[in-house]
Amino acid sequence: MLSVRVGHRFGSFVLDAAFDSAGGLTALFGRSGAGKTSLINAIAGLLRPERGHIVIDGEVLSDTERGIFVPPRRRHIGYVFQEGRLFPHLTVKQNLLYGRWFAPRGGGGAEIDRVIELLGVGPLLARRPANLSGGEKQRVAIGRALLARPRLLVMDEPLASLDEARKTEILPYIERLRDTAGVPIVYVSHQVAEVARLATTLVVLDEGRVAAVGPPARIMGRIDLFPLTGRAEAGAILATRVTGHDAAFGLTTLHAAAGDLLVPHLDLPVGAALRVRIRARDVMIALMPPVGLSALNVLPGTVTEIGRADGPIVEMQLDCAGEALVARLTRRSVEGLGLRPGRAVYAVIKSIAFDNHAFAGTAPVASDADAETRQG
Amino acid sequence: MTASLDFSPEEITAIRLSLRVAVWAMLGSLPAGIAVALLLARGRFWGKSLLNAVVHLPLVMPPVVTGYLLLLLFGRRGLLGHFLAEYLGIVLAFRWTGAALAGAVMGFPLMVRSIRLSIDAVDRRLEDTAATLGANACWVFATITLPLILPGVLAGMILSFARALGEFGATITFVSNIPGETQTLPTAIYTFLQVPGGDFAAFRLTLVSIAISLAALFASEVLVERATRRALGL
Repeated sequence: MLSVRVGHRFGSFVLDAAFDSAGGLTALFGRSGAGKTSLINAIAGLLRPERGHIVIDGEVLSDTERGIFVPPRRRHIGYVFQEGRLFPHLTVKQNLLYGRWFAPRGGGGAEIDRVIELLGVGPLLARRPANLSGGEKQRVAIGRALLARPRLLVMDEPLASLDEARKTEILPYIERLRDTAGVPIVYVSHQVAEVARLATTLVVLDEGRVAAVGPPARIMGRIDLFPLTGRAEAGAILATRVTGHDAAFGLTTLHAAAGDLLVPHLDLPVGAALRVRIRARDVMIALMPPVGLSALNVLPGTVTEIGRADGPIVEMQLDCAGEALVARLTRRSVEGLGLRPGRAVYAVIKSIAFDNHAFAGTAPVASDADAETRQG
Repeated sequence: MTASLDFSPEEITAIRLSLRVAVWAMLGSLPAGIAVALLLARGRFWGKSLLNAVVHLPLVMPPVVTGYLLLLLFGRRGLLGHFLAEYLGIVLAFRWTGAALAGAVMGFPLMVRSIRLSIDAVDRRLEDTAATLGANACWVFATITLPLILPGVLAGMILSFARALGEFGATITFVSNIPGETQTLPTAIYTFLQVPGGDFAAFRLTLVSIAISLAALFASEVLVERATRRALGL
């Protein structure tokens, strides 16, 4: 259990943010300069906030009212920096084991082997950081933080300096970390796709303040937050499960509470849990079940909210059997169809919309069920 | 010509004494050099620019003045010299140890400068990182800062060694020019030049000086190169 409340002034920028986390992966999401990094620096003790407290599992790490400030080295918080910050004069193995000199005893060799295996850094052990790729560096940095036996891992945009291919390489490791390592994570990012894929709790920061906290499916489905979550990339997250494959057409069927989705073939076993992000701009709205239409996915639902219409584009939220879906339409369509809250509609999504990019928000997620219950 | 390479006992004494003086000047000033460089690079305290000025003083003052000040301070009746002789039995004036002190003082600004520059170049975020991994200040210094500044430390040591080896003015003022005790290469060369027929001995010692200096330079090139590669992990 993590409780964070931080007030700090940097010149004209005021950070005044608070959130709690029960575990899993808490994503701090917001634009550059929203205060995300300052917030985790305060958690790790690299920033001494003017006001507030940081409490982990009942232990007070900092509390300005009581004059408590535990220095970083005694906090046992693993920090994975954006640039990795591996020690250049040490080998990968020495980097990995650095924190163990100071870590609480226990575990031993088996734990080291497990982390090396988890992050796939075995073949790199004898090398030095200068000879590693960006992705390899980040995996070593994650391993180094983990092997110091942290009670919390904070990660500051660990993928930001990597290209798409390296990101795709590392994301599964972070997912395994979240699902198997048993260490809660606070993860800073300004990438919707990353956050949608990884977060169990989403904290949206805006100019130093918390704009929203909750399960990602609920936050991403809120059209009032679109200016913060990014209009172009904005989309709802559905928790789904693979129910079948159609080898003849190369399609996979996903089951969500909102209905079944047909997507291009996914290499996942039947029963695998999966997060699917449906971008608002990929959703069309029909008043009747469409006929003679190429799109394969039609989800019945009800309009719950229509966003403000001061331009040509209007965002709306639908309720599809309890799950939130968002759509972007022209104002002309909204008026032409007479859409208003309460109206029964059909959301139409082309299977092709689930291309790699839209699909980046997809991953096996053990804790999705929890997110959904909390959302319900 | 071959016979001329046989050094007289006097010359050999001067060479050995010079090496001893320079090595001790270098090693003796190293801890203080690192400490002062750290203070100047990282410290925030009143009088920092004063400390900086004092450290650099031997670089800009005439060496004779430095030597005279050393004599005033460390002479038998000097402020510190009296104390050292009385309570610790250490006498510096007119001893080889005094020559080492003079060399150390003259080389100190060069050593501090070199180390300080390398400390300034250290990415302090690496030290923060070590702290988040549980290392306290001493461990951070020993395992991160020191290995990263090693090239600068080595370069500073060589500069200090070379400066001590060539030291003349402060040495002759502070500890005089006593054969077998304080007569180093430069003062020996000077002495040979003062006596008729000493030119050739002076020239031979000059060649020895050049050889030692070149060897020190090459050694430093190799060591600094190696330390830099290590620090950068290449």
